[in-house]
Amino acid sequence: MAHDHGHTEHKLAIFRGRLKFKSNVQKIWGVLIFLSIITIIEVAFGIFKPAFLVDNYFLGMKLLNWVFIILTLVKAYYIAWDFMHLRDEKSSLRRAVVWTAVFLIAYLLFILLQEGTYIEGVKANGFIKWDF
Amino acid sequence: MEATVSNTGTEGKVWGGGNKPLNASYGKMMMWFFILSDALTFSGFLAAYGFSRFKFIDSWPIADEVYNHFPGLHGDHPMYFVALMTFILIASSVTMVLAVDAGHHMDKKKVTFYMFLTIIGGAIFLGSQAWEWTNFIQGYYGAVETKGGQILQFVDADKKDSHDKMLRVYVDDFVTASHKERVQHESKKGLWFVSEPALPEYSVQDVITGFNAHPNLAVRTQELMPNIAELEASTNPADVAKAERMKSMYVNTDQTGQKGVLNRAASEKALKDAVVYVKGANLIHNEYGNRLFGDFFFFITGFHGFHVFSGVVINIIIFFNVILGTYERRKNNYEMVEKVGLYWHFVDLVWVFVFTFFYLV
Repeated sequence: MAHDHGHTEHKLAIFRGRLKFKSNVQKIWGVLIFLSIITIIEVAFGIFKPAFLVDNYFLGMKLLNWVFIILTLVKAYYIAWDFMHLRDEKSSLRRAVVWTAVFLIAYLLFILLQEGTYIEGVKANGFIKWDF
Repeated sequence: MEATVSNTGTEGKVWGGGNKPLNASYGKMMMWFFILSDALTFSGFLAAYGFSRFKFIDSWPIADEVYNHFPGLHGDHPMYFVALMTFILIASSVTMVLAVDAGHHMDKKKVTFYMFLTIIGGAIFLGSQAWEWTNFIQGYYGAVETKGGQILQFVDADKKDSHDKMLRVYVDDFVTASHKERVQHESKKGLWFVSEPALPEYSVQDVITGFNAHPNLAVRTQELMPNIAELEASTNPADVAKAERMKSMYVNTDQTGQKGVLNRAASEKALKDAVVYVKGANLIHNEYGNRLFGDFFFFITGFHGFHVFSGVVINIIIFFNVILGTYERRKNNYEMVEKVGLYWHFVDLVWVFVFTFFYLV
């Protein structure tokens, strides 16, 4: 009765099929190594803060912060896809979960960050000093 | 005793509950939708944090100056401790996946072992977070808060680090303790229904007296130094005026992105507005800067820590169920391990974002 409960087989390739693993356990360790490398890169950037990334801006945010956010999203992707095995789920389940979150969060972020920037502008250019 | 189950003859049929719409069992799908809603709660918190941060973009505390402790080491060590916490949580996520995988192979021994490691990892993470909170609450240097809610910190204008940044000074080191008129009122000493919070260790006058006696000290404000050269070159008169103002008050106008350090005269003037001595942090005051900074730290890392705590408790329950062989007897075998696994990875997933927005960005 061991294997008859019908869980789907694991997809063992990551990086769009460029890196294939022999077993699920091997894939788990591979993903751990990948996530560790990303974390080390993040920490190294956080400690050394390259001047080029700190002094240049894109859409009002330092390039360094964009790098951090993108690396975070990459990490989140591999945690969700391989540790939470979304990769092995039906695409309908995957979409129900991921798209809902992505759209709602993007909307929320847009509204709040836009408003925060506006209030900062009032504070900087208006006659109100600090306390609101 | 076996539970009595009455068969209706519709098991496995669509209207008998046997249908698996997304090829996931009811429990697993509901775990996913719970995670989705929880993710929205966390993003609400983090977006609110972003809102406040954008609102105070020119005065938000610099994370590296706040979280710079490492157990057993003195001095400035930003990043290392949180990096370690991140690794601990990712590692415990890995042991959890390994437990799920062992469950698929019906390997009770391995599931037990990996669940055990996961619980240990979670416990170490919680301990680390407690240590982090302790440092945050106890504080380090001390500061004074002004009427308008701004934090004034102290630096030694003569001592600089390798980046030419003036070194922070402990208020304890220069304060002149005066005679105290007031002691904290405790209900046992007078009116039992009247109480008050603990009084600050020093009065503002103590701090100012000590400051006046040490000519090498200067006040560091929350204001982050803009690029002064860029402001001066601007065609907007408001920018030029701002550059003018900054140059008349601050001594480190060349250090873009650092906290502004006032010259001696401006320091003395700023201290006139001080109303309370602050050390460490609570929900109302904190010595690091903006009040909201402390609040968001407590709420977001606290809410996450609460998730980790519940995760550890659930993992412990599942761990004992595994030992008792509960899942060997179940129809869907070790699926429960997979479901708590999802929750546990989610906690890791949230931490990845908390790590970025509190410590990196």
